[in-house]
Amino acid sequence: MSDWEPVIGLEIHVQLATRTKMFCGCELAFGDPPNTHTCPVCLGLPGTLPVTNARAIGFGLLMGLAFGCEIAERAVFSRKNYFYPDLAKGYQISQYDKPLCEGGRLGGVRLTRIHLEEDAAKLIHVGASGRIHGSDASIVDYNRGGTPLAELVTEPDLHSAEQAREWLILLRETLRQLGVSDVDMSQGSLRCDGNVSVRPAGTTALGTKTELKNMNSFAHLEAGLNAEIKRQIALLEAGEAVSQETLHYDARTGTLTSLRSKEQAHDYRYFPEPDLVPVAPTEAMLAAARAELPELPAQRIARFEHAFALPTDQARALVWRPERAAFYEAAVAAGDAEPRQVANWLERAPETGSLQPAVLAQLVALVAAGTISNDAGRQVLDVLVAEGGDPQAVIEREGLAAMDAGGELDAVVAQVLADNPEVVERIQGGNAQAVGALMGPIMRATKGRADGAAVQRLIRARLGL
Amino acid sequence: MLSREQVLHVARLARLQLGDEELDRYAVELSKVVDWVDTISELGDLADVEPTAHVVALVNVLRADEPQPSLPAEVALAAAPDPYEGGFRVPSPGGGSETPS
Amino acid sequence: MSDDPVDLTAAQAAERIRSGDLAAGDLWRAYRDRAERDDLNCFTWVSDAAEPDDAAAGGPLGGVPVAVKDLFCTEGIPSQAGSRILEGYKPPYTATAVTRLRDAGAPVLAKTNQDEFAMGSSTENSAYGPTLNPWDRSRVPGGSSGGSAAAVAAGLVPWAIGTDTGGSIRQPAALCGIVGLKPTYGAISRHGMIAFASSLDQAGPFTRDVTDAALVLAAMQGADPNDSTALGLREDVRAPSATDLRGVRIGVPSELTGEGIEPGILAAFDHTLDQARELGATVQTCTLPHAPQGLAAYYLIAPAECSSNLARYDGVRYGLRVEGEGDLLSMYASTRAAGFGDEVKRRILIGTYALSSGYYDAYYAKAQKVRTLIARDFADVFAAFDLVATPTAPGVAFELGAKTADPLAMYLNDYCTVPMSLTGIPAISIPNALVAVAEGTALSLPSGFQLAGPAFSENALLDAAHALEHTIGFDGSAARA
Ligand SMILES: [Mg+2]
Ligand SMILES: [Zn+2]
Repeated sequence: MSDWEPVIGLEIHVQLATRTKMFCGCELAFGDPPNTHTCPVCLGLPGTLPVTNARAIGFGLLMGLAFGCEIAERAVFSRKNYFYPDLAKGYQISQYDKPLCEGGRLGGVRLTRIHLEEDAAKLIHVGASGRIHGSDASIVDYNRGGTPLAELVTEPDLHSAEQAREWLILLRETLRQLGVSDVDMSQGSLRCDGNVSVRPAGTTALGTKTELKNMNSFAHLEAGLNAEIKRQIALLEAGEAVSQETLHYDARTGTLTSLRSKEQAHDYRYFPEPDLVPVAPTEAMLAAARAELPELPAQRIARFEHAFALPTDQARALVWRPERAAFYEAAVAAGDAEPRQVANWLERAPETGSLQPAVLAQLVALVAAGTISNDAGRQVLDVLVAEGGDPQAVIEREGLAAMDAGGELDAVVAQVLADNPEVVERIQGGNAQAVGALMGPIMRATKGRADGAAVQRLIRARLGL
Repeated sequence: MLSREQVLHVARLARLQLGDEELDRYAVELSKVVDWVDTISELGDLADVEPTAHVVALVNVLRADEPQPSLPAEVALAAAPDPYEGGFRVPSPGGGSETPS
Repeated sequence: MSDDPVDLTAAQAAERIRSGDLAAGDLWRAYRDRAERDDLNCFTWVSDAAEPDDAAAGGPLGGVPVAVKDLFCTEGIPSQAGSRILEGYKPPYTATAVTRLRDAGAPVLAKTNQDEFAMGSSTENSAYGPTLNPWDRSRVPGGSSGGSAAAVAAGLVPWAIGTDTGGSIRQPAALCGIVGLKPTYGAISRHGMIAFASSLDQAGPFTRDVTDAALVLAAMQGADPNDSTALGLREDVRAPSATDLRGVRIGVPSELTGEGIEPGILAAFDHTLDQARELGATVQTCTLPHAPQGLAAYYLIAPAECSSNLARYDGVRYGLRVEGEGDLLSMYASTRAAGFGDEVKRRILIGTYALSSGYYDAYYAKAQKVRTLIARDFADVFAAFDLVATPTAPGVAFELGAKTADPLAMYLNDYCTVPMSLTGIPAISIPNALVAVAEGTALSLPSGFQLAGPAFSENALLDAAHALEHTIGFDGSAARA
């Protein structure tokens, strides 16, 4: 495997979270009975005309700004002509040579373009029952037909299936936080195709690529890409050529089947959609999109790393769950607890429950000041998550305040030393590590309220070290 | 000049079934038309001329994202040649049909 | 003036209804009786209502009934675009243009015959049989809106609407001796107009005179939220009142007034130009250098757009379905083979070819560039002239069947009308003479005089046509006999 470098580009279709369809006023609603969300326009009835959804254009601009794309001065919708029963007009309104966005990047991956188009309807297989010819039949449900889609195409900048999967997760989180889509792969609101080729490691020319269709989960994406990479390498190592084709990955069997290699290539006969006028984003449209632009996950991760000195994994884990990232930032802002400690303590509460950000900050400060021990801190945290309240009250109620290094703790130390003469002997014999064996009994005896450093000091003092 | 094969190819793209006689006739008729429309090639390549797709000088004609009433399903299906269980029934697309991308 | 309301123009009838001298229901019934006795095959549907629907007789169209080309969608009424593939199809909605007419007080009396999907210049390409020309029943009324033109000329309806893609209002108006107006592209909503070529299609009126045309235009024009390309006119349509042409500069493009136009038509055209001069116009030759390529460009662009617009007729959601061998491909191809007529198939094939891989640049893209060149030509002309004049059609009405075997001969009918369509500018045809069909024969048939102006110049165009109309004094009553 190490002799070959996979080269992967992705094509992602994202259903936009508008209220209505791309070119008509039908409400987007999934799971309703078939053909209950259609109108003359999305049924392609004779004489009907599309009118573009302003919100979909706004979402397109939002994505373009988020990814640093070049936004077209004049974007043009084109017709992509082909016959299929899920396509009401015999063409899909899409964008071709003048897409809304070109270029841009996310993470380390360059985007080729982002364009807007309409989704196809749904075909439901119904079998042969009642058909004149007794042949296999489907019914068409046009409820989904005309749903706004953004198609994002990347450059072939990904070099492993795992990297592709990780990048797609970053894209999903980014789109989710932009608010442009539900990005639910299992519901089909995020769909991914891959273009795959392999080349000898260290070379730059691209090999023949194949197109892998419709990998409908992150796991399938990774497995499908890996299967195809493996297949291509095996072909090349056997001295055979990869042929350009479209493949379907069957997740259940792990097999790849060719969808179409025969016949001539598609001829979609694109031409500018004469029923629509160009979209020429104005300064006002761009300003409105800019105002909606939130901080994006990649930026936020970088900020957490720099401003709070968090390791990447910890920063990412927070950012992937925006509500936790917000909690974290509120806790950091609430007091002068050390940001890394706040992150560590927040990690110990996978669900924050009744805990308030400012309370977490207080707790972290109390531990840092030695008011309570680490172990006691964990107990307090559990109570705060379950019941809320403030840490001081919990500490008092539960009697968890750290023992100061005075008489009470000293008495416990004296007792434990007396109970463990052989350990004392080893310590006095020069084995400083043996002190550890005394810590457990001391902590048990103090119910974790003792401060470890104070205990160490008292032991040394008593043994004259 | 259009060959019989070219006409057949275009007819396939356009999903028009043509009989042998029609193919022969259209090959002749369409060749005449194509030869005639070819007169625009006399104008040269026109590399510096912008194409006109729209005569209206409008941009940004957009619709607010506000739901409008949809049709009742029975109205949507009223003209369907083969309605079935609330849908428009079709022979299942098999091999040889184009798939969307 | 006689007492028969059928002798009135629509505006005159509306005036009588307003003044109480004529009941809207009587007018409706008078025309419905005539429409039912139609032996020209003008109609694909005639209302069987004894009273007009509740269209407000008080509106600007005064309760005067209208006929509408088959391709305008009318809720619950067959809307078939002259095609077998839509036989019996009843849409669940009504075209904006028709709704506006109704709202302005014109109830729909009938749907009119047309060339299938508006492809043709003779109305012979209708699945419902050809329409005959009321001036001579052995001849065509022109097309594609031949049913509307013949019905108005024959006095079967007071006025009608049609659509013009490359001349489909102006040419039949000329061949039937009535007024036909193609407004600026975008003046009238296309919502509900079954599409032929989206970037060219535009609705417009067929009327007995220019005043009636202005009334219909005023009612139909306007922006529509259902049509992104409909912006309406920039100023209200005025009732045309000009009686002279003083100060009007008319350009006569040499490319459209020479070769290919029948001598009798040219003689009539020159005579009308003399009358324009007498009315005070200055008339000079001008040039539209790229107009000769317009027809070829048109016969690439329109078929290309139609090949896509007609893809929806696939036997799935509405209209004809032929199962074929039972599989999907066979169902598609059999349905479309059985549902479309010859000319429609020809244009779908040409258009598919022009858009197909390897040919797009040479054909479709080049044709769109020719469109730019013709628009520049017109811009140059309108820098020096207010209006342009040409004959509307190169000849008078031809005999049924005369051109059906030769598509190219049929296409030449659009030679003078296509340049205006490609550039979206308004143009009107008014009847200017009866021209002998051949030297030495007794039969004379109408010819049309076309005036065109810059985009949105409808008021100037209507005024000029109005002034000329009075001087010409064309008498169309023979066709109503
Ligand atoms: Mg796509
Ligand atoms: Zn809809």
